[in-house]
Amino acid sequence: MVDEMAKKPDLLHGTLDLLILKTLARAPLHGYGVALSIKRLSGDVLTVEEGSLYPALQRLLLQGWVKAEWKMTETNRRARFYTLTAAGRRQLGIELSQFEQMIAAIGRVLSDAQEA
Amino acid sequence: MNPFIRLMKKLSLLFDRGRFLRELDEEMAFHRAQAENEFVAGGMTPQAARYAAMRQFGNATKLREQSHETVAFSVETVAQDLRFALRQCTNNPGFALTAILILALGMGVSVAIFGFVDAALLQPLPYANPGRLMSVNENSVESPRWPLSYPDYLDWQRLNKSFSSLDVYSGAGYLLSASSGAEPVQAERVSGGFFQTLGVHPMLGRDFYPGEDRPGGPNVVLLSYGAWLHRFGARRDAVGQTVDLDGKAFTIVGVLPRAFSFAPSGNAEFWVPLNSFSPHEKMRTFYEFMGIGRLREGVTTQAALAEMSAIAKQLQRQYAIPGRDQSASVVPLSEIIIGDVRPILLTVLGGAGLLLLIACVNVSSLVLVRAESRRREIAVRGALGATRLRLARQFITEGLLLAVFGSLAGIILAIGIMKLLGRLVPKDMASSMTFLGGVGLNAHTGAFAAAIALLAALLLAATPMLRLSFQTVRDGLADGDRGAAGRLWRRLGANLVIVELAIAVVLLAGAGLLGQSLYRLLRVPLGFDPNHLATVRVMAPATVYQGDEQMAGLYGEVVRRLSSLPGVEFAGMTSMLPVECNCAIDRIHFPGRPYHGEHNDVDERHVSAEYLPTLRARLVRGRLFSDAEDASRPGVAVINQALARKYFPGEDPVGQEIANDESGRPSLWEIVGVVDDVREGPLDADTGPAEYFPINQTRDHYFSIAVRTRQDAGALLPVLVSILHEIDPKLGVSDEATMNEKIDGTQAALLHRFSAWLVGGFATMALVLGVVGLYGVIAYSVSQRTREIGVRMALGAQRSSVYKLVMRQAGWLTLAGLTIGLVCSVGTSLLIRNLLFGVRAWDAATLCCVAALLGLASMAASFLPAHRAASVNPTDALRAE
Repeated sequence: MVDEMAKKPDLLHGTLDLLILKTLARAPLHGYGVALSIKRLSGDVLTVEEGSLYPALQRLLLQGWVKAEWKMTETNRRARFYTLTAAGRRQLGIELSQFEQMIAAIGRVLSDAQEA
Repeated sequence: MNPFIRLMKKLSLLFDRGRFLRELDEEMAFHRAQAENEFVAGGMTPQAARYAAMRQFGNATKLREQSHETVAFSVETVAQDLRFALRQCTNNPGFALTAILILALGMGVSVAIFGFVDAALLQPLPYANPGRLMSVNENSVESPRWPLSYPDYLDWQRLNKSFSSLDVYSGAGYLLSASSGAEPVQAERVSGGFFQTLGVHPMLGRDFYPGEDRPGGPNVVLLSYGAWLHRFGARRDAVGQTVDLDGKAFTIVGVLPRAFSFAPSGNAEFWVPLNSFSPHEKMRTFYEFMGIGRLREGVTTQAALAEMSAIAKQLQRQYAIPGRDQSASVVPLSEIIIGDVRPILLTVLGGAGLLLLIACVNVSSLVLVRAESRRREIAVRGALGATRLRLARQFITEGLLLAVFGSLAGIILAIGIMKLLGRLVPKDMASSMTFLGGVGLNAHTGAFAAAIALLAALLLAATPMLRLSFQTVRDGLADGDRGAAGRLWRRLGANLVIVELAIAVVLLAGAGLLGQSLYRLLRVPLGFDPNHLATVRVMAPATVYQGDEQMAGLYGEVVRRLSSLPGVEFAGMTSMLPVECNCAIDRIHFPGRPYHGEHNDVDERHVSAEYLPTLRARLVRGRLFSDAEDASRPGVAVINQALARKYFPGEDPVGQEIANDESGRPSLWEIVGVVDDVREGPLDADTGPAEYFPINQTRDHYFSIAVRTRQDAGALLPVLVSILHEIDPKLGVSDEATMNEKIDGTQAALLHRFSAWLVGGFATMALVLGVVGLYGVIAYSVSQRTREIGVRMALGAQRSSVYKLVMRQAGWLTLAGLTIGLVCSVGTSLLIRNLLFGVRAWDAATLCCVAALLGLASMAASFLPAHRAASVNPTDALRAE
């Protein structure tokens, strides 16, 4: 497992919350669903470690950005579904714009470095 | 997100941790199951899929903890710290107990003393708006608070605009006739508005009606709560009953509330309106009444003083009163009530504060030593990854734990000390210290205790931090004996010990000076022999003993019966016993000399012929009186040396005359003798001029008897009382005591004893703490230097030089502490010089004794570690490395 981890690119620090919020913005999901969705959408590049996922979900819950409720899945199992709240939607906007700013900044630095 | 809601969420999670974990477990199980399903769908065997899912998921417990840490408070770790701190305390109970005890001692003493200071000096008097209440009196050069005469009072009341009300009071004694016989009782005569001025309302019945205090007004009386409780069984129907005072029926109109007290009146039980006057009380120059007034809003004390002084001068001109300019005195009433005890209380509070300081320093150095000895533990924890913050928090938790335990013990101790000290104050004195009722654990003392506890907590938490921040992990892990940190601690610990020793010196010097004051006070020349002297106070009812002959008969009978008792040498009587007060003051002048109303004030005593021989007062010139010199003969007087020196310098007073207004009649007295000064006033006041008139010529209904016995005077007291009652059951007999008891019980002796014992106690504790602190530093230093000493000895150092090495270090510390302490103690002694009696603030003998005492104690404390150092076996010391 350690080897497996080493091969995958690390999640950019601080982006996990953003990814979870964005994922939940599409539809309420359980924890596994969130991990799966991120993995699929990223074309298997981004794997969310469970060790990060559940603490992150608790953090978001505590901030009031998501809310959780127990529901039945299609396979009739009880699972905790997370839903984005209004505050979470606002937060998603904030984090998105911050992220874009950062990417742009990194991009500028990198292109500059190539020219040099 | 609202931080409040977040807090609530966290709180709910804290209290519902079980549910949180259950839900998390279920969620994670679901996750694993889903992953497993996927693996199976991908073609794995169920078994392999399960393992793969579990592998992928990782350590569930760790995950659970991580999730939990995200949402939980840091309480869990705090609880861990607390558990660890508690374990530290129980592992090393010696350290914890010592620290807690020392802290409790310092805190208990200072909180208790603060309780008294608060009740006396900070809490307002129990009257309505007490800040506006003033003591209003005349002012003279001899005494800043000279009583008013009644006519002056009426004019002051009528003319002034500064006070919304102005009233007077004057102490009185009555003979209460009860079924059990006559009993002298304390009473207070007050003008009609007295209680309104104070803002006190009777709890039963009514206040005096306006006009009841005019001459010829009705005989009505207000009872104190105590009198109502003890004499009338707290019955509501006591109001309306009559009580027999001095043979006159007084109607009880009301009962004063329980909380009411008026310190200048002591334990007065009966309060009567001022409506009957002796002839001299109506005179403008008979000063007998003390005034209180309520300042109008917006009027300052200075303005009131200026106005009252102007009125006094105007009255002096108007009535052509001779003498120096008259003026007034206006001071806050609180000043009169607590002025006496303020310097003593502040001194004792200062002492308690110093003790607290020394206790804190002591505990700090204990904590420092402890931190030092845990250096390795801390270093190991640091090396294992504990953050600095986490380590700091551990120390803070331990410090707080000690502070909490110490403070709790301190508060309990404080309550005990307050009760104990309150009980130690004698009843007589307690009645004039009405604030004693307010001493206890209340908002003020509680806040004070909390402040000290906080300070202690800060100190205990911060001290080891100081230590911690100097240290690096590497130094700690290395054998730190030779490290810089060891030296640093030694220097810090040593400085702390110097502070402790210096404080101990200051307290010891203070205690020494106060103790010497007490010693000198109790051995002040009295001018009479207080041993084997029994005394008793007698009140003869004026209704029975009306004429001169009857009084003279009573005096003769009393002296005859008492002197014929077995074991009695002499018996005599006086209007007032020695050492009581400089009151009963007479203003005299001398026929044949120009007189312009100078304030020639002297103590006036009326005594029987046998009284001065009973005291064993020494006759210097002339003769004493004889019993034959009664009202039918010309007035004679004996004076003391002070009067002779002051008014007859360089001439023979015997044969000269003194003139005064005796009971309102101009009288002449021929001086027949001079006696050595008998200390009539308080022990700590200078003996002033005094005159003695024959009691047979003055007729006092209220007098004291002094009996010179051959054996123990105390054994005679009950006999005295029964003989007096045999002579006449209607005589009021009270205050039986030996002269030595009376001297010990005087306010001066009590106050000096109180301060000397308390500060002495503090000083003893400070000495012990300081010396123990020194011992700790030296012993620690020796334990750190064992190897060095071993090397020295291996290289040939003698045991004596090892002794020298250790003792020199202790000697320097002691010397530094002593020097600083002695310099400071001269300063503090100057602060308390008003409390000193017969000893100067920089009394060399005291300071030398203190230095010697502390030096010896320090040497003794450092000898033990020095001995241990000298007994070091070089081989053992070297091998230990």
